[in-house]
Amino acid sequence: MVQGSLNMVGYGLSAVGPGIGVGIVFAAFINGVARQPEARGQLQTIAFIGFALSEALAIIGLVLAFAI
Amino acid sequence: MISSLLTQVPAPPVPPGTPAEGFKAPGVEDFNLPPIFEGVPVLEWVDKVSIQFIVAAGFVWLFFALATKDPKVVPGRLQFLAEKFQGIVRDQIARDNIGPEFRKYVPYLVALFAFILVNNVFGILPFVQFPSFSHPGMAYALAAITWLIYNYVGIRKQGFGGYVRLMTWPPGVPGWVRVILTPIEFLSNFILRPVTLSLRLFGNMLAGHLLLLVFIFGGEYMLTVADDLVLNVLSPFAFAFAIVMTFFEAFIQVVQAYIFTVLTASYIGASLADEH
Repeated sequence: MVQGSLNMVGYGLSAVGPGIGVGIVFAAFINGVARQPEARGQLQTIAFIGFALSEALAIIGLVLAFAI
Repeated sequence: MISSLLTQVPAPPVPPGTPAEGFKAPGVEDFNLPPIFEGVPVLEWVDKVSIQFIVAAGFVWLFFALATKDPKVVPGRLQFLAEKFQGIVRDQIARDNIGPEFRKYVPYLVALFAFILVNNVFGILPFVQFPSFSHPGMAYALAAITWLIYNYVGIRKQGFGGYVRLMTWPPGVPGWVRVILTPIEFLSNFILRPVTLSLRLFGNMLAGHLLLLVFIFGGEYMLTVADDLVLNVLSPFAFAFAIVMTFFEAFIQVVQAYIFTVLTASYIGASLADEH
């Protein structure tokens, strides 16, 4: 007998999108460092900002899944 | 009378193999900690989270006060640590994101990074083990301070009209797109920025702590449930995964403190940017 909120299933589905987004951000970061290793410092900051922005979608989804 | 009647009702038959009481999955209600001074009039608000915030603020203040009390040219261990920390924030966060006027924002960024980092590490510190930011109040407060700072410096640098124009009127966009773009930019830059900034920190801490709770309470339940050898044997794997996730949490906690600081610096930098 499994009990729980259907919200969580919806949240799990919606987390796919930000997951793909975070993957793309870090793939681009790795590509950039591989092409130009000396740009690592600058790219790292940009990569983390991009990661944070796409991750925000998943986090908002999580909060809404608990709130509604 | 009624109660005696109720005792006569036989319990519903329990199918063999199922535990007597099911597993109660941990949820958000596990984050509501009881007040410490129950009934004391002035101190009703004190609970573990608020004490953690006070301890964290005190620790950060004490650390930097001790490290810079007697500065030497050849730094000691404490002074080296503080200087290294300040140097990372100054060079990698402030200078890269704010631009030439970064110097006066470094103190705020260092304090912000240190405060959030200490509070996040409380989440895996033995005997504390509760991330303070899994209660959103202080996250809202920090995001509000950041919001006030980047709006204030933007308005002071660009003037009110110039600042609103910079935030909502990106250059080189055809007119019909602006109908959609300007409201989105306004919403994104003035309303969603502080909301996502605080909810990101809060949500990460909540989700991470909830994950640890699920695996540890689940492992405990699997270990102590009677008459189910499979679950008993599988329970060490739940504990092992909880340990693995604790290390992952340590990484996430540092990253979240870093991201909060980087985004604050980047918002300040965007407010100070010259229009091209």
